Amino acid sequence: MDDLNLSKFCIRLGDHCLIMAHRQSELCSKGPFLEEDIAQINLGLDLLGQAEALLIYAAKLEGKGRTADDLAFRRSERQFHNFMLTEQPNTDFAFVIVRQYFMSLYLLKTYQVLAEVEDETLSGIALKALKELTYHERHLSMWILRLGDGTDESQQRMQTAVNELWMFVGELYEEDALDLLAQQASYAPKGEEMKSFLMAQITAKFAEASLTIPESIYMTTGSKQGIHTEYLGFLLTEMQYLQRAYPDAKW
Amino acid sequence: MGAEELDVLFQERIDANDKIEPRDSMPEEYRSHLIRQMSQHAHSEVIGMQPEGNWITRAPSLRAKKILLAKVQDEAGHGLYLYSATETLGISREELIAKLHQGKAKYASIFNYPALTWADMGAIGWLVDGAAITNQVSLQRTSYGPYSRAMVKICKEESFHQRQGYEIMASMANGTPAQKEMAQDALNRFWWPSLMMFGPHDSDSPRTGNAMKWKIKREYNDVLRKKFIDKTVSQANLIGLTIPDKDLKWNEAENSYDFGAIDWDEFWSVVKGGGPCNVKRLNHHKKAHKDGAWVRKAAAAYAKKQATK
Amino acid sequence: MERGFGKQLQHTQKNRQQNKKMSETKDTEDTQGKLWEVFIQSKKGLPFKHFGSVHAFDKEMAVQNARDLYTRRGEGKGMWVVPADAIVAVDPANDASFFEPADDKVYRHPTFYELPDGIKNM
Repeated sequence: MDDLNLSKFCIRLGDHCLIMAHRQSELCSKGPFLEEDIAQINLGLDLLGQAEALLIYAAKLEGKGRTADDLAFRRSERQFHNFMLTEQPNTDFAFVIVRQYFMSLYLLKTYQVLAEVEDETLSGIALKALKELTYHERHLSMWILRLGDGTDESQQRMQTAVNELWMFVGELYEEDALDLLAQQASYAPKGEEMKSFLMAQITAKFAEASLTIPESIYMTTGSKQGIHTEYLGFLLTEMQYLQRAYPDAKW
Repeated sequence: MGAEELDVLFQERIDANDKIEPRDSMPEEYRSHLIRQMSQHAHSEVIGMQPEGNWITRAPSLRAKKILLAKVQDEAGHGLYLYSATETLGISREELIAKLHQGKAKYASIFNYPALTWADMGAIGWLVDGAAITNQVSLQRTSYGPYSRAMVKICKEESFHQRQGYEIMASMANGTPAQKEMAQDALNRFWWPSLMMFGPHDSDSPRTGNAMKWKIKREYNDVLRKKFIDKTVSQANLIGLTIPDKDLKWNEAENSYDFGAIDWDEFWSVVKGGGPCNVKRLNHHKKAHKDGAWVRKAAAAYAKKQATK
Repeated sequence: MERGFGKQLQHTQKNRQQNKKMSETKDTEDTQGKLWEVFIQSKKGLPFKHFGSVHAFDKEMAVQNARDLYTRRGEGKGMWVVPADAIVAVDPANDASFFEPADDKVYRHPTFYELPDGIKNM
C-alpha cells in the first residue's frame, strides 16, 4: 500500500475510534452506578487514544500539512468513514453495550492482524490497542451475559438493541477497493474471515445470554463512501463547534 | 464507662493526634458531623462531573478532550473514595444517594453555576480545583483515618487538575482577542464563587467550633481563603488576566492581600437552592439513577442466579 | 463494491430455542451492589496491601471495578478482591487483651538473640 492509501486506511480506523469515543464520553455522569461510569469512561479514553494515534499517523502519511486535529475537527459528514454502527446513539445502556460489544470484536480482530505488520508505527499502535480491546471485550461481554440473562426487562431491552443495531453489522465485513489493497498487504483480515469471527463470537455469547440474532435483515452499507445515518451530522456539529467557530484560534 | 468519661477519653486521643478508626468508640455528634461533611464532599465530586462533563464532547482538540475526560473520570474516582470512606461510618451508599435526592445532603454550591464557554474549563480547573486542593491539603491531617487516607490519595491525583485548568487559561489569555475575552470573562464569573467555596466567615459558621475541637477540620475557613488568594493573584497577573476585585491590594505588613467584601447573600441563596443550576444538577443525577435502575436490578438478578447454579 | 447495497444477511442462524429463565427478581430491591475490599500488589514480590473498597454485583465485576478505580495510574501488578462481609476484624475495645500478650514474647523477634561476631547470613 502506498502512503496515501495507508493514510486513508488509518483514517477509517481512526474515525471508528473517534466517533465511538464521542458516544462513550456522552455517557459521562450518566452511568447506572458510579463504578460503571468510570468503566465506560475508561473505554472511551482508550478509544480516544487510539483515534489520536491513528489520525496523527494518517496526517503524517498524507503529507499535506494537516494535523490530527484538522482531520477530527475540520472534515464534514461525507468525509467521515466511520461505520454507521459507531454513530448510533446511547438510546439506553443496552444499546451502548451491544454497539460497543460488536465493535470491540471488530477492533480486536483488526488489531490482531495489524499487530503483525512491518510498519512499526502501526504495529505499535495495534499492540497497545490489542491489550485495551482484550479488556473491552471482557468487560462488554460480561454485560451481555448479565443483561441478557438478568431480568425480563433487561433481556427485552437487550433484544431490542440487538434487533435495531443488527442492520449495521454488515458493514463490519464489507469489502471495497481499499480493503482489498489492505488485505493484499496483510494489513486487514479478509471480509469472510472477519464475518466468521464475528458470527462465531456473537453466536456463542448470545446463546449463553438468551439473546437471538435477528433472522434475516437487510444490511445497510455506505459509510466507506461517506454515507451515514442522520445522527453523525449532529455529533459533528457538537464535536467541531469550537474549531469551526474560531478557525484562527489555537487551543 | 459513662458517656462523659468516654468523651474525655476520646478528646484525649484527638489531642494526642491519634487517628480515629471506623470501629473505635466515638461520640455520636462526631460521627454525624463526619457523615455530613464527607458525604457532602463525595456528592460534590460526583455532581462536579456535570459542568465539565458538558464540555467533553465539545473540547476543541483531541489532546484537550483526552485530558478533560481523564480529569472527569478522576472526579468520579474521588467520589468513590469518599463514598467508601463515609460508608465506614455505618451508612450505606444507597442511603447517601437517597439523602442527596431528598435534598437532605448538600454538595459544593460552586457546581450550581453554569459552565458557559470553553474558558470555563480553564477557570474551573484553575480556581475551583485550586480552592478545593487548598482545602483538601489541610484535610489530609483530619482526625478520622479513612477520611484522611482518602484525602492523601485525592491530593496526589489532583495535582494535575489545577495545571490542566491553568494551561487552558494561559493559552487562551495569550490567544486571539476573542479567546482572551473568554478567559477574562470566565475569571470574572468564577472568582467570587471560588472564594465562597471556603465557606462563610468562621464567626458565622456554627459548626466550626466542634469541627476544630475534634480536628475534623484543621484550618479556619478564612485562613484557607487567604492562602488561596495569595497564591492565585500572581498566577493571574502572570498570564495578563485581571482579578475582578477593585479592593484587592497587597498588604505589606501582613504579607498578604487585602480583598473586597464577599456577597454572602448570593452565597446563601445558592446554598438554599437559588443558583442557576441547582435544579438541573440534581435532576441530572436523579435521572441517571432512575435510568440505571433496570441495569442494577439485572446485575443483581444475574449474580443471584450465578450463586445458586 | 462486491457486497452491494441492501444485501440480505446470509448467515443461517437456526431458530434457537429461547431458554429464557423466568426472572424471580421483579420486586428486587434497588441496590448499589455489594461492598468488596481491594488488595493490590504494587510490584511483583511485594505483599498485597489494602487499597480501599469498591461496589460490585458479582466477582468478575468486582475485579474489573477495582482495576478501573485503583489502577488508573498503573499502580497494580496483582490484585485480590474480597467480599467485605468475609473479613473478620478484631474489636478495638478488646485490642489490649488481644495484642498485648505478645509484647513480652520478645524471643519471637530475631533481634532478641545475641550471636557471635562475624556470623553471616542468619
